[in-house]
Amino acid sequence: MADLEAALSVALQGAKGPGALVPVLQRLQGELGYLPGPALEEVARRLGIPPARVFGVATFYSQFSLKPKGKHLVRVCLGTACHVRGAPQILAELSRQLEVGEDGLSRDGLVSLEEVRCLGACALGPVVVVDGEYWGRMTPAKVTQLVRALRERGKGEA
Amino acid sequence: MERLVKLRIDGQEVEVPEGTTVLEAAEAAGIEIPHLCHHPELSPVALCRLCLVEVDGRLLTSCNTPVRAGMEVRTATERVKRLRRLVLELILSDHPLDCLTCERNGSCELQRYAYEFGIEENRFVGPDHARRELPPREDNPFIRYEPGKCILCARCIRVCDEVQDRHVLDFAFRGFSTQVVTFLERPLTETDCELCGQCVAVCPTGALTEKERRFKGREWELERVETVCPFCGCGCRITLHLKGGRIVKVSGGYRGFRLCVKGRFGLTFVHREDRLKVPLIREGDGFREASWDEALGYVAERLLEIKEKYGPDAIAGLASAKCTNEENYLFQKLIRAAIGTNNVDHCARLCHAPTVAGLVAAFGSGAMTNSIDEILDADCILVTGSNTTEAHPIVAQEIRRAVRRGGTLIVVDPRRIELAELAHFHLRQRPGTDVAWINGFCHLILEEGLWDEEFVRERCENFEEFARAVERYTPEYVEEITGIPAALLREAARAFGRAQRGMIFYSMGLTQHTSGTDNVLAIANLALLTGNVGRRSTGVNPLRGQNNVQGACDLAALPNVLPGYQKLSDREVRGKFEAAWGVKLPEKPGLTVVEMFQAALAGEVRGMLIMGENPMVSDPDISHVAEALEKLEFLAVIDIFPNETTRFADVILPAASFAEKDGTFTSTERRVQRLRRALDPPGEARPDWEILCELSTRLGYPMSYRHPGEIMDEIASLTPIYGGISYRRLEGEGLQWPCPSPDHPGTPFLHKDRFPRGKGRFHAVEFREPAELPDAEYPLILTTGRVLWHFHSRTMTGRVEGLHELVPEAYVEINPADAGGLGIRDGERVRVSSRRGSIELVAKVTERVPQGTVFIPFHFGDQAANVLTNPALDPVSKIPEYKACAVRVEPIER
Repeated sequence: MADLEAALSVALQGAKGPGALVPVLQRLQGELGYLPGPALEEVARRLGIPPARVFGVATFYSQFSLKPKGKHLVRVCLGTACHVRGAPQILAELSRQLEVGEDGLSRDGLVSLEEVRCLGACALGPVVVVDGEYWGRMTPAKVTQLVRALRERGKGEA
Repeated sequence: MERLVKLRIDGQEVEVPEGTTVLEAAEAAGIEIPHLCHHPELSPVALCRLCLVEVDGRLLTSCNTPVRAGMEVRTATERVKRLRRLVLELILSDHPLDCLTCERNGSCELQRYAYEFGIEENRFVGPDHARRELPPREDNPFIRYEPGKCILCARCIRVCDEVQDRHVLDFAFRGFSTQVVTFLERPLTETDCELCGQCVAVCPTGALTEKERRFKGREWELERVETVCPFCGCGCRITLHLKGGRIVKVSGGYRGFRLCVKGRFGLTFVHREDRLKVPLIREGDGFREASWDEALGYVAERLLEIKEKYGPDAIAGLASAKCTNEENYLFQKLIRAAIGTNNVDHCARLCHAPTVAGLVAAFGSGAMTNSIDEILDADCILVTGSNTTEAHPIVAQEIRRAVRRGGTLIVVDPRRIELAELAHFHLRQRPGTDVAWINGFCHLILEEGLWDEEFVRERCENFEEFARAVERYTPEYVEEITGIPAALLREAARAFGRAQRGMIFYSMGLTQHTSGTDNVLAIANLALLTGNVGRRSTGVNPLRGQNNVQGACDLAALPNVLPGYQKLSDREVRGKFEAAWGVKLPEKPGLTVVEMFQAALAGEVRGMLIMGENPMVSDPDISHVAEALEKLEFLAVIDIFPNETTRFADVILPAASFAEKDGTFTSTERRVQRLRRALDPPGEARPDWEILCELSTRLGYPMSYRHPGEIMDEIASLTPIYGGISYRRLEGEGLQWPCPSPDHPGTPFLHKDRFPRGKGRFHAVEFREPAELPDAEYPLILTTGRVLWHFHSRTMTGRVEGLHELVPEAYVEINPADAGGLGIRDGERVRVSSRRGSIELVAKVTERVPQGTVFIPFHFGDQAANVLTNPALDPVSKIPEYKACAVRVEPIER
């Protein structure tokens, strides 16, 4: 796996000892989009940390994912303000239209759907963030629009 | 001197050493503090919070709070009690309450505290408490894991990391979902786990249990018998837990809880249906059942017939390193007194005969000089020719711990064995070139002035001759012979030379060579030169392979000595035994193992008695052994199972296993320990000592003992090193010989002020090539050894399903460079041939072996590595060269 090797060398550059683990995992996820098992094993070996410990750290922090992510990240705010303005319905609608499975990934693998607690944009609630772009005052109709836009983008890239 | 600290606990004045924790101080004062995550052998983590106490009014966890002078500790205030109850409720909110069918019902620490605190219902259980619903996991042969019962105390994680040094377990996930898992939640068998089960041993609840015990008995129904593990020479004291005549589980071990996979999970073989249960007499191609009376009468008759016709020297006996001291003593007594020959030997010939020969010459005593519990304090450990992790797991644990504490580890071994991975120096010598590198070490240590001049002057002799001999072993010359880079040799030698407490461990890799005795002498030179003998945490430590190989040697199942290594040639010694035994003893030393089979082939030995040995797997050049056994006029075998050797027998006598008899074993550290009868032997099987008494009596030399304790009394009366040993004194930890008198405490390390021979003697030894070198026809060197999961010829471990599954057949390790050249792929079946035969097995392509060397584990009767090995003998100790012979590996036509 040439990609993996390249990503590992970027992630491990200058890293030494157990203390470097979290930044290495962050860089590695930055390169690969997620943390595949073989990559974690290599990180463990090269940093001299037991693999079980690396697995523990990788599964502790919510920022790390051991599963592949979609090309696009859609985060739905479920903070109090968004919640009272109907965020759960927005989440359900997104999940239905994108056909999101238990792993949080849409069936076509294009989108990862995540829940977050309060993004500090309560005035815009319910809020959905698509790859860093804020969509405010969401409604089920806007969800359809959003899904269409994501699929268009997907085609453009394919 | 450690400083003492005074404090008050619950008003009681307590004085403890500095560094003691409050919890330990309280325990020392007899005040109990509840705790769950704390374990006396593990580092404190203060996870469970149950051990809260008030210190000067503040709440602290007592397990990780060190004592301070003047501290006022209160362990049972209302506040503390209320909080402990809260803590317990929180722990229990995650725990299923299925105590009815839990294996730990009655020994669960959580259950005990729930009862003591009277917690009947729980305020905290909610929908998030999902962990307790997780399904159990049983995806390995021995250990059951129920994540729901886990209280996240991390004892398993710590024992795996701190004691076993594997760290295959850790916490993963977060919050309510937190679990102890392996990397990627893999089955234990796909991790570095050695299945030692120490995690099970320390688990406070039913989260980790032995699969085998499930529904076989609740704690309070189990009978407990303290005895000794029957596998390797580590000598772990174990407790068998029994119900209804079955071993339900095994506990105990080194420091009370440390065992290896074989000791903890590998004892179920005693219950196998195919145990020998009645005496068998050959009839045609098969066997028929016989009464003891008939079978013993027949054995006696045939042996007497042979003695009559050809003389006593036409009979030979193989005693057993698996049997007790008392049985080995009786065996050699039978051969010597009842038959009248010294033709008695056992498999020690095939393992540490060079140790006995070499160390007796150098020191005057041929046993491990120091003890296992001294390893931790050594600052440099040299391991050579010992795959300690797999052959002596408990010793390896201590070596790993010593390294974690900062000790330097030097491994000299052609293979990249597990210890090599944590070694500071790994020197990979060409097999059979040990004298060269050891002389090289001595050369460098002399050259750099790192030797112990005072020790050499005061306590040694023959230094000059030795010093002259090592002169030419310069690093460059050594590199030429051994292939060890000169610079690496130099650094490693320096590290050993500088050590304050250097400990040397070796085993078969050093002894099983035609130069075996020289190798041992060279090692003894190194220890003498550096003054690493006669002190704690130093010494020359040959690791003995079998549970009682030390004892079998001590009690003279050897052709050239009488019990306690007393010289057969010494008229006074002989006189003492003749008086005690009431017979005239033969003076001529007898035959050794390999010589016996050669003599059988030559028609000089006609009858044999074999007790608990399986030469058809364990001896070199097996085709030859088969011919010899075939040629015998009479062969009687005493064993617990039918095996490759019983096939050749005329009479098979069924014996009791270790769990079915009383006696003693002597471990590698010379520790004599009590074996206790826990079960009845199956069918009509009887303890070997009883069989020997009956047989001897029928041979016209009556033997009668009511109990093995009486045999030990006789041993003590005739054997100075066992002189102070009696069953009365063997409760608990046993005694380490020499123990010359009833008030002697035993000897943890040898040669303190003087050597038994007076001065330690240096020997000038020169490198000699192994008997067989690779050539065009047989271009590779074969070396053999053990794996962790099996023991010797697998008569026992092959019958433990889980162990069998782990490694069901033999394989050959071959370096990728060699495999590539031969067109051999990993996992492919290959043929390995030597001048003596060939076997077929699976190739494991791995860098564990260096280029030019292949390795085969010797346990497997169907694909016996010893079909290939060379019976060429070391001229002094008569050990065959198992560890180096020339072979060819070829793919099997597809």
